[in-house]
Amino acid sequence: MRFGIIQFPGSCDERDTLAAAARVGDAHLIWHQDRDLGGADAIVVPGGFSYGDYLRAGAIARFAPAMESVAAFAADGGLVLGICNGFQVLCEAHLLPGALLPNANRRFTSRQVELEVLLAGGAFTRTLALGERLSVPAKHAWGRWYADPDTLARMDAGGQFVLRYAPGENFNGSVHDVAGVCNENGNVFGLMPHPEHAVDALVGGSADGLRLFESIRATVEAGSA
Amino acid sequence: MRARVLVRPKAGILDPQGEVVERALPALGFDGVANVHVGRLIELDVEDPTRLAEMCERLLANPLVEDYEVELLGES
Amino acid sequence: MPEHLPTLADALALGLTEDEYALVCEKQGGPPNRVELAMYSLLWSEHCAYKHSKLLLRTLPTEGEHVVMGPGENAGAVDVGGGLVCAFKVESHNHPSAVEPFQGAATGVGGILRDIFAIGARPIAVLDSLRFGEASSERSRYLLERAVAGIGHYGNSIGVPTIGGEVYFEGPYEHNCLVNAMALGLAPREQLVRSAAAGVGNALILFGASTGRDGIGGASVLASAELGDADESKRPTVQVGDPFEESRLLECSLELLEAGLLVALQDLGAAGLTSSAAEMASKGELGIDIDVARVPLREADMEPFEIMVSESQERMLCVVEPAREAAVLALCERWELAAARIGTVTDSGRVRVLRGQELLGDMPVVALVDDCPLYELAPERPSEPLYPAPAATLDAGASTRDSLLALLASPNLASRRPLFERYDSIVQSRTVRRPAEADAAVLLLADGSALAVSIDCNGRRVAADPYRGAIEAVLECAANLACTGAEPLGTTNNLNFGNPEKPHVAWQLTEAVRGLGEACRELRAPIVGGNVSLYNEGSAGPIYPTPVIGMVGRMPDAARAGRLAFAGEDRAIALVGSPRPALAAGELERLRGTALPDELPPIDLAGAQAAQHAVREAVREGLVDCAHDIAEGGLAVALAECCIAGQIGARVRVEDSLSSLFGEAPGGFIVSGAPEQLARISGAPVELIGQTGGTALEIEAGECGLTASLDELTEAHSALAELFA
Repeated sequence: MRFGIIQFPGSCDERDTLAAAARVGDAHLIWHQDRDLGGADAIVVPGGFSYGDYLRAGAIARFAPAMESVAAFAADGGLVLGICNGFQVLCEAHLLPGALLPNANRRFTSRQVELEVLLAGGAFTRTLALGERLSVPAKHAWGRWYADPDTLARMDAGGQFVLRYAPGENFNGSVHDVAGVCNENGNVFGLMPHPEHAVDALVGGSADGLRLFESIRATVEAGSA
Repeated sequence: MRARVLVRPKAGILDPQGEVVERALPALGFDGVANVHVGRLIELDVEDPTRLAEMCERLLANPLVEDYEVELLGES
Repeated sequence: MPEHLPTLADALALGLTEDEYALVCEKQGGPPNRVELAMYSLLWSEHCAYKHSKLLLRTLPTEGEHVVMGPGENAGAVDVGGGLVCAFKVESHNHPSAVEPFQGAATGVGGILRDIFAIGARPIAVLDSLRFGEASSERSRYLLERAVAGIGHYGNSIGVPTIGGEVYFEGPYEHNCLVNAMALGLAPREQLVRSAAAGVGNALILFGASTGRDGIGGASVLASAELGDADESKRPTVQVGDPFEESRLLECSLELLEAGLLVALQDLGAAGLTSSAAEMASKGELGIDIDVARVPLREADMEPFEIMVSESQERMLCVVEPAREAAVLALCERWELAAARIGTVTDSGRVRVLRGQELLGDMPVVALVDDCPLYELAPERPSEPLYPAPAATLDAGASTRDSLLALLASPNLASRRPLFERYDSIVQSRTVRRPAEADAAVLLLADGSALAVSIDCNGRRVAADPYRGAIEAVLECAANLACTGAEPLGTTNNLNFGNPEKPHVAWQLTEAVRGLGEACRELRAPIVGGNVSLYNEGSAGPIYPTPVIGMVGRMPDAARAGRLAFAGEDRAIALVGSPRPALAAGELERLRGTALPDELPPIDLAGAQAAQHAVREAVREGLVDCAHDIAEGGLAVALAECCIAGQIGARVRVEDSLSSLFGEAPGGFIVSGAPEQLARISGAPVELIGQTGGTALEIEAGECGLTASLDELTEAHSALAELFA
C-alpha cells in the first residue's frame, strides 16, 4: 500500500513520517501546491510548524491546494491521519471536530507520554486492544484539544475518542484527557503525540507508534475504511 | 480603507495567557485588576470592507473558539 | 543635501581608536566617507577582526587526521566515515541576549545554523551553553527563561533538535549573561562548499529575507542630519529572527548546492553585507562591486551605509556564473524567498559600493579584511582576587547528608528537565540518547555508527586557574564522550572573557588558550573553528573567564551507546581512574561561600586520558550497564545522579573524608554492571565500591557516611521545577 505525506513550508516531521511509513508500505511526499495525491491509499498530514504557526497553528496550511484534494479524498472515505500540526490543520479544515489551543502550561513541552486506547479495531487502531497502553513522544505548544459540551456528547456517543493520555500524562490540558479523535465516519484521525517517532526502540524509546501505521495498512488491505 | 480586527478568546475557554497577565499585574503593584484576556490584533488596508467578516470567519479567527470585532478606521 | 563627511569624533564613536582611524585614512588615501567609515568600523571591530585574540588563536592546534575543514570558513568539519563529514561550530550572542533575551538567543541559534548550511551541511542538532547571575536574581531567572524560550522557538520551528547543553548560575554573570549556541550538520564530503568568491564577471546574488534596520546599533551615529531624534520609526531595531524564513532558506541553499548551481556561498551575520562581501572577496583574492539600489529592502528610505551594515536575519550571499543566474533565481522563487543580483565579482581587488552608477564607497579588500591591526596582549597575573566569594547558602557545619541534598537542589546541579523539555530533542529521528539519558547526546548515522556531542566549561574553576581550568573543560567534554563510548574527533570553542586591554583579563585569556591548546593536542581533538566574545564586563568587573568547549566524537555501534542510569538490582558499582579529588573551587565550597583558591591542583593528564580510554572501551564492549563521569559535586553527587536516573538505590563504601565524597578532579568515572564484566575493564585502575539495590543511597564513609532515600534525592534534584514553573 502507499502512504502520501503532505509537505508544507515549515513542516518538520515529514521526513520522519516518510521513514516511518516506509517501514510499512511505500511512501512519497506531496508538495502543498500539488493537487495530485499520487495514488496514495492513506494520507498523512505531518507535524511541524507549517507557515511558522503564524496566525494560528494550521490556519494557513489548511487552504493549500493539496488539502483540497485531501478533503475530497476524505469525503470519499479515504484514510487521513493528522499528527500534531497535522491534527491542527485537520481541525482548522473542519475535517475533525474541535480546535487545538495553546497548552495549559503555556509552553512547548517535549516528553514521552503514555496513551490509552479508547477505540480499538477502528480504521487506525485495527491491531490495538481496548485499554492498551502506548508509549509515544509528544512535543508541542498548541496541543490542548477543546470542543464544546454538545460536540463532546455527540462524539462520546459516536465512539470518536480514539486515544487519551493515561492518568497524570496530560500536560496540555485537553478536555477529557483526549489525545486523539476521529470523525464520525472513522476515516479521519488526528492525534497530538508523534507515532512516527516511536517506530524504533533505538531512537524512539519504543516501537508502539509503528502499530498505528500497521493498523492503517491492515485496514487498507482489508479493503474497508 | 484601513481596518482593525480584534480577535479574542471566547468566554468560558481557558485563557492561560490571560491568567498569567492577571497574576503578574498585582505583583507589580497594580491592584483591582480582573478578567484579563489576551487576544490578537490584525490591521490591514482593504478595498472592499464588506468582505472583512468573511475574512474573519475563514482565516483571521477560528470561530469555534474565538470572537472577533471589526473596526473601520477610515481611508488609509 | 551636502555630504556629511565623518570626522575623527565619529570614528571614535564607532569604536575605532585614533591610531586606527589614521591608518584607515592612510589606506584610503584620505578621510573615508560615511559608507566607508561604517564598513571599516565594523570590519575592524573586535567582533569581526579578532584584534586582541587572533595572535593567540594562531597557537591552537587545528590539524588532525579527521579534519576536513579547519578554522577560517563558516564552520569546521571532520570526517565521520561513510563518505560523510560533520560540520560544527559554537558561537555567542551574549550582548544581544542581555538586551532582548528571547530574540537574542533565537537569532543566535539562527546565526549558527546558517554557518552550518553555508558550507553545504544539513543541520542535525543544536546545543546551548548558558550563564546567568545567581538564581535568586529575578532578572537572571527572567533572562534564562526567555533565552530558553527563544532557543526552543527557533530550533523547534526549523526542525533541528536541541539535544544538549548546560546552564550555570554565578554572580559574575549577573550583568553579562552568556548565550552560546553550537550546531552540527552532516554533508557528503564532496558537497562541502567554501566561501571564496571566484570567477571575474560572476554574479553576486543575495537571497532570503529583505533588508531592514536590524542591529544597526552604534552605526546610527552616521545617520544623516535629517534622521533626527523626532523620527522614532527609523531608530535601529533589535534583530528579530524568523525560523520559518530560515527553514525555506536552508532548503533552498541545500538544493542550490546539490544542483551544482553555486560557485561560493556565505551567510550574512555580524556586520551583514559588509563582512560577507568583503570576506568572500578576500578569500578569493578578487574584488566585488555591490549596487545597494538592487538590495530588496524592508524599509524604503534606507541610506546606503545602513544597507551595508544591516544585520537583518535569514539572508545568504552566493556567487553564480552568469549562465546559471536564471536557474538560481527560479529556485529561490519556488521557496518563496526574495532574491536579487546585487553585484559582480571583479579583478579590482577592491570592494566598491554603488547606487546605480553612482560610486559611494571604494576600499581595498586587503585593507578591510587583512590590515586591521592585531594587538599583542599585555598579560599580568592578578595580585588580588578578582571575584567576591559567593554568598553562603549552606552552613559550614552541615552534615554530609544535608550537604548532598543541598548540592542536588543547588541551581548549578539540579535537574534541567524544566528547561530541556522546552526543546524538541527528537525531530529528524537520529537521537539515540536524549537529554539526561547519558553524559553526552548521541546521534545515529546511517551506517549504524553514531556521533556523540558535549558542550562544557566551568567558568568558576577557570577563574581560579585559567590554565588548568581550561584543560579541565576540554577533559570534561572528552570524558562525557567516553561515557557514551565515543572517541573525540574535533573541538570547537567560544572564548567568553572580559576586557582584554586590562592586564588581568589578558592573563586569563592567554593562560586559558595555553591550557586549551595543550589539552586539545594531548587528546588529539584539534580545534576546527570557534568564536571569541570579549568585553563581557561592567562596573562590577569581568565575568568568570569562560572558554566554552564543544566536542564531537564517534562510536562504531549506536546500539551500544552508554547511559548514566543504574539498572537492575545487585549490580556491582566501580570507580574507574585515579583522580585526586579536592574540595577547592568545587560546588560544595561554593555553597559554603568560600572564596576562590589561588590555583587548582595539578592535573594528571595521562591518567585522565587512560581512564577515558578504559571507560570508552568498556562501554563499546558492552561490559557496563552505565557509565557516568564524576564532575561537579564529586562522587556523592555522581552516585546520586545514577540512582535518580535509574530510580534505584545503591550501597557503597568509600574513604572517610569530605574530599572523597564531594571533591572534584578530572579523570574519575562511575560504572556499574556484572562483577565479572567489570573485572575485564583494563587500562586504568578499577575499584569496586559497592552495588545497586534498594530504595536509598547509602554511602559508608566513617564519620562522613550518609543515607538518603530515593524520594529525598529525587525531590531535591527537582528544585528548578519550582523556579521555572
